[in-house]
Amino acid sequence: MSVPQPEIAVAPAATANPLFPFVLQLADTSLILAHRLSEWCGHGPVLEQDLALANIALDLLGEARSYYQYAAELEGQGRTEDDLAYLRPAVEYRNPLLVEQPNGDFAHTIVRQFLFDNFHYQLLKGLKEGPDARLASIAEKSLKEATYHLKWSSEWMIRLGDGTAESRQRLDKAIAKLWRFAGELTTPTTTETQLQELGLVPDYAALLPAMQAHLAHVLAEATVPEPATPFAQLGGKSGRHSEHLGYLLTELQYMQRTYPGLTW
Amino acid sequence: MVTTSPAALTEAHIWQLLEEVSDPEVPVLSILDLGIVRAVAVAGEQVSVTITPTYSGCPAMSAIATDIRLRLLAEGYTKLTIHNQLSPAWTTDWMSPAGRAKLEEYGIAPPIDGTATGHVLNLFGQDTAVRCPLCKSTHTHLVSQFGSTACKALYQCDDCREPFDYFKCHA
Repeated sequence: MSVPQPEIAVAPAATANPLFPFVLQLADTSLILAHRLSEWCGHGPVLEQDLALANIALDLLGEARSYYQYAAELEGQGRTEDDLAYLRPAVEYRNPLLVEQPNGDFAHTIVRQFLFDNFHYQLLKGLKEGPDARLASIAEKSLKEATYHLKWSSEWMIRLGDGTAESRQRLDKAIAKLWRFAGELTTPTTTETQLQELGLVPDYAALLPAMQAHLAHVLAEATVPEPATPFAQLGGKSGRHSEHLGYLLTELQYMQRTYPGLTW
Repeated sequence: MVTTSPAALTEAHIWQLLEEVSDPEVPVLSILDLGIVRAVAVAGEQVSVTITPTYSGCPAMSAIATDIRLRLLAEGYTKLTIHNQLSPAWTTDWMSPAGRAKLEEYGIAPPIDGTATGHVLNLFGQDTAVRCPLCKSTHTHLVSQFGSTACKALYQCDDCREPFDYFKCHA
């Protein structure tokens, strides 16, 4: 005699753990931005800001490592954090387009950082309160650091916007170029929507009011009118990247590609 | 009457040894002063030490783990596991009073509790009245929130004009 089993929804076998692609996306995002910021090392406009850029890069790299370690465990296929960072091609990267954009001048770097920090800060606040204990602990750790980052990039938005004619003109150019990439951060992919429905990922719509309030405050202080850009360029989180990512990965992955399996 | 088990004695010995392991970036501080050792557990010959990073990307963490391993190995503790714990996240509240005194003597202003950069809308704000570790004046100003390592900010004294590191409050 058999007892009827209750119906259990089973996740597709290919992605055993539905969190894996999302954690990988978080890892890629922090790693790619960390790498971009590290390109400033030794080239910053003044020593103190060179140090600031390197500090932020290091925080993001640390955060990325925590995510990659977790992603490797979730995947459970024997890949390590290094395999995930060094041995995947550009199309498998899941970072949003914003963070792979080139540094440009200091104003471009600041606008990119500000748009990211304003999202990152609120995202970490949400993840910290989330049901996944591991993600919550990484977020708790990184939120303290992201607070410094957002303060720093907000202050520089204001200095550049309300600074000299030169700084203002550079900031305006950077805004015109990069604003289109902001929307992707809060536009959920199919994976993100599914995880949001399960309550594992914060609802991005719920993050928007706080993000918008801070944005409005900073732009007002910077005397910069809020750009009207309903258009959001999407793609990175689905693996459709700009040409910039390939060049970045060529440098980032050079050592492992040239000497496979190399360890320090 | 107090009975002390062998495990408790071993544990006490390990805490003693950990006091001798210093932070590679701030060698005047032991890892206990910094508050990054969260737990020591002994079960038979198995020893486990739980540490927590100060900042996510702190490059000193792997060096510290190696130093702990070497120090304990030298005393014959071969079955050692080091755990890395992220939550609760490290805070400067865990820094010992002795550690704070040693920092100032070394030329780094110790953290002032309750002055963490917690409010992102408090732009251009700064930690209040950081005391110059050299001339002890509180007439100082923040140069940059980011210093020579992730845990420090750059300050300058307005009286003796010396630039100095401030171990920023991280709570």
